Order: sequence, then C-alpha cells, then structure tokens
Amino acid sequence: MRPKFFLFLTALLAGFVTSLSFAKVESTSANFETQTITLALTQEPPQLNSMKATDQVSSLILGHVMEGLLSYDRRGRLIPGVAEKWEFDASGGTFWLRKDAKWSDGKPVTADDFLFAWQTALKPETASEYSFIFYSIENAEAINQGDKPAEALGVTVIDDYTLKVKFGSPIGYFDKLAAYTTFFPVRRDFFESRAGRYGADAKDLLYNGPFRLTAWTHSASLKMVKNEHYWDKDNITLNAINADYITEDSRSRLNLYIDGKIVHTRLDGETYKDALTQRQRIRSFTTGSVFYLEYNFRDGRVTRNLNLRKAIQHVFEPEEFVNKVLATPGNLPGRSLFPVWLGGVEDKFRREYKAKEAKIDVSLAREYLQKAIQELGVKKIPPLVLLAGNSPTSAKQAEYMQGVLKEKLNIDVKIDVQTFKQRLAKMTSGDFDIVAAGWGPDFDDIMTFGDLFASWNLNNRGRYNNPEYDRLVRIGMTSTDPQTRMDAMGKLQDILYEEAVILPQYEQGVIYLMHPKLKGVVRRVVGADPDFRRARVVK
Amino acid sequence: MLAYTIKRLLAGVITVWFIATATFIAMHSVPGDPLMNDKAVTEEIRKNLEVKYGLDKSKPEQYFIFMKNMLAGDFGISFTQQNRKVNDIIRDHFPVSATLGLLAVFFAAIGGIVWGALTALYRNRLPDIIIMFLVILGISVPSFVFAALGQLSLVKINQLLGASVIPVAGWGTFAHMLVPSLVLGLGTMALLTRLMRSSMLEIVNEDYIKTAKAKGLSPLRIFFKHQLRNAILPVLTVLGPQIAAITTGGFVVELVFAIPGLGRYFVQAVQQLDYTVIMGTTVFYGAFLVFMVILVDIIYGFVDPRVRLQ
Amino acid sequence: MSDSILLNSKSTNTESLDFTPSEIALGVEQITRPSLSYWEDAWIRLKKNTRALISLYIVIGLTLFTLIGPLLWQVDPALQDLNQLSQAPSFPKTAIFIEEHIRWEGIILEDFPAEPDEFLANLPAPANLRTAETPTTQAVRIRWDPVVGAGGYAVYRNQHLPEGINDLGLPLGTKLGGNEVSYEDRLNVEGRDYFYSIVTTDGYDESDNYVTLKVSPELSITRADALVRGLITEDSVIANGDEINLAFHPFGTDYLGRDMLARLMEGARVSLFIGIVAPFLYVMFGIFYGGFAGYFGGKLDAMLMRFADFVVALPFLLFMILFKIAFGIGPGESGVLPMLIALVLLGWPATARLVRGQVLQIRTQGYIEAARLLGAKDHYLIIRHIIPNTMGVILVTLTFAVPAAIFTEAFLSFIGMGVAPPTPSWGSMCNEGVKTMLSHPHELIFPALFISITVLAFNLLGDGLTEALDSRMRSRE
Repeated sequence: MRPKFFLFLTALLAGFVTSLSFAKVESTSANFETQTITLALTQEPPQLNSMKATDQVSSLILGHVMEGLLSYDRRGRLIPGVAEKWEFDASGGTFWLRKDAKWSDGKPVTADDFLFAWQTALKPETASEYSFIFYSIENAEAINQGDKPAEALGVTVIDDYTLKVKFGSPIGYFDKLAAYTTFFPVRRDFFESRAGRYGADAKDLLYNGPFRLTAWTHSASLKMVKNEHYWDKDNITLNAINADYITEDSRSRLNLYIDGKIVHTRLDGETYKDALTQRQRIRSFTTGSVFYLEYNFRDGRVTRNLNLRKAIQHVFEPEEFVNKVLATPGNLPGRSLFPVWLGGVEDKFRREYKAKEAKIDVSLAREYLQKAIQELGVKKIPPLVLLAGNSPTSAKQAEYMQGVLKEKLNIDVKIDVQTFKQRLAKMTSGDFDIVAAGWGPDFDDIMTFGDLFASWNLNNRGRYNNPEYDRLVRIGMTSTDPQTRMDAMGKLQDILYEEAVILPQYEQGVIYLMHPKLKGVVRRVVGADPDFRRARVVK
Repeated sequence: MLAYTIKRLLAGVITVWFIATATFIAMHSVPGDPLMNDKAVTEEIRKNLEVKYGLDKSKPEQYFIFMKNMLAGDFGISFTQQNRKVNDIIRDHFPVSATLGLLAVFFAAIGGIVWGALTALYRNRLPDIIIMFLVILGISVPSFVFAALGQLSLVKINQLLGASVIPVAGWGTFAHMLVPSLVLGLGTMALLTRLMRSSMLEIVNEDYIKTAKAKGLSPLRIFFKHQLRNAILPVLTVLGPQIAAITTGGFVVELVFAIPGLGRYFVQAVQQLDYTVIMGTTVFYGAFLVFMVILVDIIYGFVDPRVRLQ
Repeated sequence: MSDSILLNSKSTNTESLDFTPSEIALGVEQITRPSLSYWEDAWIRLKKNTRALISLYIVIGLTLFTLIGPLLWQVDPALQDLNQLSQAPSFPKTAIFIEEHIRWEGIILEDFPAEPDEFLANLPAPANLRTAETPTTQAVRIRWDPVVGAGGYAVYRNQHLPEGINDLGLPLGTKLGGNEVSYEDRLNVEGRDYFYSIVTTDGYDESDNYVTLKVSPELSITRADALVRGLITEDSVIANGDEINLAFHPFGTDYLGRDMLARLMEGARVSLFIGIVAPFLYVMFGIFYGGFAGYFGGKLDAMLMRFADFVVALPFLLFMILFKIAFGIGPGESGVLPMLIALVLLGWPATARLVRGQVLQIRTQGYIEAARLLGAKDHYLIIRHIIPNTMGVILVTLTFAVPAAIFTEAFLSFIGMGVAPPTPSWGSMCNEGVKTMLSHPHELIFPALFISITVLAFNLLGDGLTEALDSRMRSRE
C-alpha cells in the first residue's frame, strides 16, 4: 500500500506542476450572439439613490442605468445627455431637454424630474453628502440648512422641456458640475410611490439610461439589461451586463478572469506578476487621482515650520517612490496638487503652468533642517507622527517614508497605523503631524482640486490657513473668464510649492485586464468607470 | 431535563443582554462614527445626517431606543448599506454562512474523527507521522494562504480541463460550496484530529478495551461501540463553539470566494463603525453561540452516561 | 531482580519427597529503587523521551537564534535597500558603480511631425530598435526610428520573449508624438533579461505590429546610494564602471529591500514572546477556571460558564480597538504588553470549556471517591488527581494556542495594535509574504517555516509530556 500511495502522490504533484502550462479556459464572460458580458464588482453598492450616492461602485451602476442633463464622450468631453442644448452666463442659464428621452416605464423625462431631484437632494432630511455641489444655485445652501423650503430653489421649469437655473453667486463651470451623479433626474410620482424605499432594490428605481436593473441580490449580484425606452437605444449594442460576483479581493477577481468568468479586473502590485506569467494582455490608464502627504498646521505642531517642510521636500524623490515602492506602471511622479489631465485655458493646465520641482539635494536639505532646528529651539527634531491606514499598500508607503526621513535627515518617524474610522477621527481632530492623503476628482474642472486647501474646506485636514490662497480660490470659483481663473490656479500651484503645503507623491495609474473581444470600453477620470455603455462584443 | 433546558435558556437571554450592552458601550467608546468619510462633509450636512440617524441624541437615550427596538425584533437600518434593514441583512446572509459553516464543520468532524482515530491506532507508525505532519502544517499556515491556494488549484484544474468545470468563486450550487467549506474547515479539522488522537490514546489502554479485545470483539466493533463514544467527548465540547465561530468567522473564505455571507458584514461593520449592523450581528451571533453551547451540553449528557446534569 | 531463590538441590530430586524448609529466606518485597512521586517519575520519563528531547533542542536553537543571532549578524533590519527589492536568497552580488542618475530628456526629432497628416491603417512597427547606451538597473534607455504616419508609440516590457500581440507584457507607457522616439525605463529594473516591445499608434489606437528587443541591464548603484549603504566612504577612490560588492543577504530581502535574516531575528523576539507567554498564561487561567467550574458544579459552574460564553461572543476586533485606546498605546509605539493582556483576557474561554468537560468526566471516577473517603480535601483532589488526568486535553490546547497567538498578534499589528512598523513579527511577515506568494515565495516561506518549527517543537513537547505525564498511558510499560 505504501509505495503505491507515494507513487500516486508524486504523479499528482507532477501533473500539478506541469499544469503550469498555459492551457486557457474557454471564456464565458463575453458572449457575441447574445451580446452579454459578466463583471465582478469590488463591493456591494451602498446606495443606488442618485441623490445620495457617494462611492465609486454606485456611480458605476448609476452611470449605466441613469442619465443626466450632460454626459461624456469617448474622449471625456461634455456632450448632450438628456439636455440637447444649454447656455450659461454669469447669472445663470438654461437647459433645453430633448423630447424623446423616456423613463423605463415609457413616460417622458421632463424638466420637473430634474427640479424634483435637485430639491429633494437639498432637503435636510435627505441628508445627502453631496448636496454642496448645488450651492452655487440661488438659495441652495439655505435650503440645505433648513432655513428655506425646497421650493425656494433658484431653478424654474419653464415648460416640460426647458429648465432655467439662477445662480446665487457667479460660477464659470456649472456645466461640468451638472454631469455629476447627484444631478440625475428622479421622477416625483415614482419616488413618492416607493414610500421611502427609493433606491433600496431593483424595483424601487426608475431608469432613464441605456440599461436598467432587473435583479439585485445583495452582496451577490446585479443584473442589467438594455433599456428599450432609451432615446439612443439604436446605438447601444450590448443587451445585458451581469455583475455576478462581488468581492474586494483582487487576487480572487484575477482568478475569476483567468477562469473566463469576468471581462475585466484591476491588477495591483502583486497580482500583475501573476497576470504576466499567465500571458494576459495588460493595459494601463491614469485614474486622475493625486496622492500626497499633508502636514499639520495647527498650533504647537513642529510641521508648522517652513524650513522643516522644505528639508523634507528636498530629500523625497517622487521618481524613486513611483518606480520602486509603487512599482506598477501607469503611476506618475507627483509634482503638483493638480494632475496632468486637467484642462487649462486651451491646452492641459500643467503644460501652460509648469509645476516647480524640488531638486533632490541632501546637503541643501540638511541646511534647511539646521535652520528649522534653530528656529524651533530644540536639539533635534522630535519624532514625527505619520498617520497611515492599515492596508498593505499604505503600510509599505509609510515605511518607505520612515526610512527616507531617518536615513537622509535623521528624523524619527512613528507610524500610527489606524483602522479606517479611527484614522478619520484623528484626521478630523488633527491628531497627527503628517498624514497620507489623496483626492479623486468629482468633476472635470480644476476647481475639484482647487479648493482643497482653502481655509473653509473641511478636507483641508491640516488646517492650512492662508488668506492669499483663499483669495485665489475664490477667483477660481466665481470668475467666468478662463484666463483669469487659470492664472489664479497657476499662482496657487506656486504657493503650494513655495510653502511646501503638501508633499505630492504620485498621480495614480492602474493596470487592468480587459477581455480581448470586448471593444469600445471607455476608461474615465470622471464619470462611471469603466464605461461599458457603448461597448460591443466582437467575434 | 426540561427544567434544565428552560433554566439554561433563561440564563442565555441574560447573557445575550450583557453582550449587547457591553458591545454598545465599547462601540461608542471607540473614536470615529459611521458618518465620517474620506471626503469630509460640511457642518450642516453632518448635522442633517446626525438627525436622520438619531446620532444627535445622548448615548443613554440611544441605548434605550436600541433596546426597545431590539425587544421588538427591530435592529434598525444599516449606516453603510443605507436602504437595508439589519434584519434583512441577517436574514439574507446568515443562511449562506450557516450552510458554508455546517458543511465545513461536517468535513472537519468527519476528517478529525477519522484521522485522529487512525493516528491513535497506528501510533508512531507511518500514517501517524504523515497525518501529524499535515496537522502541523494545517495549524501553522494561516487560513488566507489556504484560501488563496485552494482557489488557485481550482483555476489550474479548470485550465487542465480547458473549461471552467468547478467554479472558482461565487455561490449558488453545491459545486460552489465544496472547496470553500473544505478550506474553512481545515483549522478545525486539525484541532479535532489532535483532540481525537489524545483522547483515543488514553482510552486505547483502558481496561474495558482490553476486556473487549479479550472477549474477541473485532477491532471495528470495539471502535464504534466503545472507543468512539468515549473519545468523542472532548470533540463534542469544542464542536459547539466551533460551529458558531466558523459560521460567523468565515470572513477570509467569503472574501476570497466571493460568497455573500454574514462574516463579511460582521467584520466590515466594525471597520466602518456601522453601529446598527455591529449591534445586530453581535447580538445575533451571541444568541446563536449561546444556543449552540446549550445544545452541546444537552447532547453531552446523552452521550456520556457518567455525566448527568444537575 | 536481585532476588534469587536458591533451591536446595535436594528438592529437585524427584525420589525424595522430603520437604525441608529452605534455608534461604524467600525475599519479602524489597525496594528495588527509590520511591518516586508522580512528578519525579514523569521527569525521568520525559528525559528519556526522544520527542521531548528533539523539541528541547529546537527550543534551544530558537532561543539562540533570537538572543545571540543579532550579535553575530549585525545588519539593521530597518535599512531599506531599494536596489535589491524582493531578492531571493543568493550569493553576494556585485554592482557597477555609477556617479549619479541624470534624467534623460529623451530624443524628440525636430524635423518629424508629432501628429500624422492622415490616418494610415496597419502602421508598421518602428525599425532599428536599440539601446541608447549601456542598460543598467538605474535606467534602460531605448530608441528607435520614427514611423511615417505615427501619432505615438506604446512601450511594453516582458520577462520572456513575447509570443504575440497579446503577450507583450507590462504597458510601461505611451509616447504621445510621432517624433518622440525614445523611452527611459526606470520601473523597478532588476538585473535580469527583459524584452521591450514597441507598438506604433496613430495617436488613438495601437496597431497590431510590434518589434522586440532583448535587454540585459547590469546591476548598478549610484554614489549616493552606496554612501548611505556604507559600501563606500566619502574619500573612496572609485570610478564609473568599477565593481562594488553589494550587501549580502543570505535569506534574501523583502518588498522594501530589508534583510530577511535580520528581520526574522527581530521578529522572533515578539513572536516567541507572545506566542509562548500568552498561551501559557491563558491556558493556565483556563485550567483553573474550568477546573473549578467542573469540579464544584452546580450554580457556580453555571455562572462561570455563562460568563465564559459572554466573553466568547464579544466582537473581537471592536474590543481590540478599545483595548488599544484604553491602554493608551501611543502612535508608532509597540504595545506588546497591552497586546499580551488583551490576548489573555479574550482567549481563555476555549481552554476553560475543554477542561471543565474533562473534569466533569473525571470526577465521577472511582478513585476520586476513594480519595475523598480517605479524607482528601478539594484542592488536594484537584491538584493531585484531576488536573494530571486532564493533561492530554490541556496539552492539545496549548499546542494550538501557540500558532493562534502568533497569528492573532499578526492581525493585531495589522490593525495597529501590537508592533508598529518597521518592527517585524513572524506573523506580520507572513501577512506581507502572502501578497507575493507566487512571484517571491521566499518572503512567505521563511517566516512560515519558523512558525512551523516553533509549532512543531510544541507539538513534540506536548507528545513527550503526554507520554510522561498521562497516567493512563503510563500503565503501558
């Protein structure tokens, strides 16, 4: 019995090892005849009520089953959605809706649907986290604070297909905002008929996008089919999109992809090597998010000292960080708060306003450090607390920073690892010296990054307070002349560099796998990403 | 017996109440709250949110409201899954975890009893050494490694066969349950093997076994009629809590195999500080555990005639 | 043994039926060896037991590794060597010295259009793909001839020769101009063979043709890096192109280039401390708790067990976070002692249950009754009779408690309670090693191996102790 048993074992092992061959599994995730594709989601969508959704997965689903006034084309430019035409000046503007846009029950999409959605989003009892995005409209903020009724909103329905908007304060980029998820329409009678359950299940939503939800099994799957009432349905090729798997584990999704079960998965620093050995075609794109270290500017913090920050600025090499620590393609070294994809006046912003780069010079940095030590009146810089999250990538990045500061400047860094909510609590209360942070764009205008470090913005966790900075932010928000706005932002970029307000680390790029027979998928910086609406399966 | 059961159940209710209270206090003592997010919200929006979710009330008030609702069977609405009642979450996802867990325990129990008995009977010979080696591997290698390896093996097998025969992730058919429950049960299987082995070794030398052998009973008969029943007692003792632990603790397996179970909610709720889900799942889990323990104690009394309850 | 009975030769004679009393007194029972107590006897058996001896050697080995190791291998476990990321165990390597890396502006042709005048189909791959200078691990610079109609070029890198357009490997980046005909690759370049492929694009879509170049970068190091690593000093006389010996890493390096051997040694301290002391403590506590509960029974038993159920049902993660705050662990500090306390506070119920079950079984045995009739007090019974008989179960729990504690510690460090980075522990090294399980298995294998060895030692010790201590097994001589 024994020798045979061992023989069997070795045979099994040998078979296993040689099976590291590249026999491919027949893929079932993209079907040409039925034009159906299968996906995996990274998490269960917390909210499919467009007035309240804040996260990426919900935006992905909503971007496919709903449509706003404006939409984005293949190149990321604004194009008509439900609105055919729009016109704006400093005090307000008008949207003219198309007449053939319909809901999934056949009824037409009217201007009142938008009015109702925007009013409801602003009502205090809705408690929408993105209600601030309406604040440029007259009375919006007051409504949200409960000081005025929802009907006071500066939006009027001229007729079923004409919507007029009045601004409370001038704004030059309202059309960019209007493409965001929170601006999607919601029909009054349908919403009221759901008795508070709007958005809870597939049957509790009405759809005006290219697809509609037919089934939603929580934590397990979502099924979408083509919406026969969509005004542009003739240009939609896919018949069904099935999100049949929900898991956060990237390796698990890679296994599903290799097993032919899903059409797309994102790769991270470790799974991409497996994908390479599996001979898969890897693609990359830049997500448009920026990551940086924020300093704490509150009283009593060592990081208030400019020379200390400048010392750090001159030893940190974004290139080494991107190439060795992140070690995946697609990431760009961080040089500015404003990523490279942002539009300027005519060309890209970063081409028109070049970001200044700190020269990596250890001895110069040490000079700054000496000045800082003298100014602070200490013998040595006390240990700095670096607040980090507890994901493996955060830990790795934090450890790298710790190593750099120790080796080059002899500064001790204590890494404060906190779980998600505890980290947020500390960020809000200011219990850190340096914190690893980042920002993803909400809309396609420079102001999505521009106001981050204004003194009134709660996302300015370090409480950086500079009146000149605030002044420039206001220009960017309210001026309608593109040149004036961009000049202000250019000066802002210089202040960020000269005062070393933040330490930019990288602009995020991701690598991913996409089924070779699925064409026409668009990757977006803002909006639903990946965008499968106009995709098609080829033979 | 009936009186005993009732007494235990009453004590169980009190235990669950203690669990709920302790968790409530712990939950509110930890910094952070469910409304905080990566993108900070303005003061007024935050106020709106607090009012909507009842977080603007004082803590004792929130406690009483929670207790009142809990007695009525209502655990409220989740903070993160903003349209789902906690009751629905438990109702939809617990059966999945339970199925997975029971299957895992089944494998673990069968495996543990069989391997454990084998090692005791073939003590110090080859089967013993191999099995003990595997047991050590089973307990020193963390579960996420096994889950990852398990899934990888499925991918390789499918590649060998050229088509996706065994699903590598997801839930729905028996084929989906097989490998995940095996992986989930591995740790318990190792523990049960060890326990079974040590208790079998003690029994193997008992006098009544020698008597049975002298009487001429076949080894199989001896095993089933005498050894098993006595050796299984420590196994039973851990089985109750293990079932409860596995059923709600399958977080890693649920994550890797994309299984819509309760374990994921349980862990993510704490990370997100989703108050209602934490309370709901903890109370539910606590009640389930207490119930399992009571069940096992009663069974214990049946299996071992020497242990008579009160 | 020393008894011997000398028979009178006469009595073997069958003729004589004359029984005379023998002259040698038949021995009454003599003491052949000193009387041993239970524990003394156990000790002797333990010493003879091979398994226990092996485990003893392992434990001694681990202790030496932890305490003496760092003195012999004096490498800083926190020193990051970004030139040697995730290196497998190997012999010392040499690197070429380079003064410093200067960013390459690249080659942008002036007399070639950036955008094509018309879009051509099926653009060919560029010709004359070559390296612009000697490739090193600091940078690989490649260049090629421009293609008419090109709006850009996509650069790919693979570790084997591509087998087709879908096997080009990692997309390093895309040059957005028909006149940008060069690329500098600095993405974690290692000293191995790479295959770079270029695909022409029209500014939007890539064509289906590609060209490949094999490049073998040389391992190199810059002056700044060499200074920081201590490989040269300020006044070393060294020129570009000279060879320097890189630091030797016998067990390889981790994902930030830190020496694995040094990290394993430092990790041993935490892991062994937690992995041995914590289980020991909470198993001890569980034994007494469960022993009392099972022995006394009745209401005391019921109350104690309900409390145990209560502790088990508490959400672990939540309470760990709470403990972390309650113990006031500062940021970045290693809270080993609080972690120990937390582990003990939440870990004892399982042992208590098991022991209680055993005790319930044992106390009905005959010898307990007998001893009580002889006047034995409760605590005497518990210590002298009951607990030794529960040894089997206790030892099993102890064996399992060790790896459980090590992995719980890894989990706790992961959430910020426990060791703070960069302090390693075997469990957290396993956590990190799993991510690169397939590409760099050594990062997982070594810490897992050490954990397995520790577990093995305890297993063997447990077996040996069982054989020595367990009364029922001892009856088998």
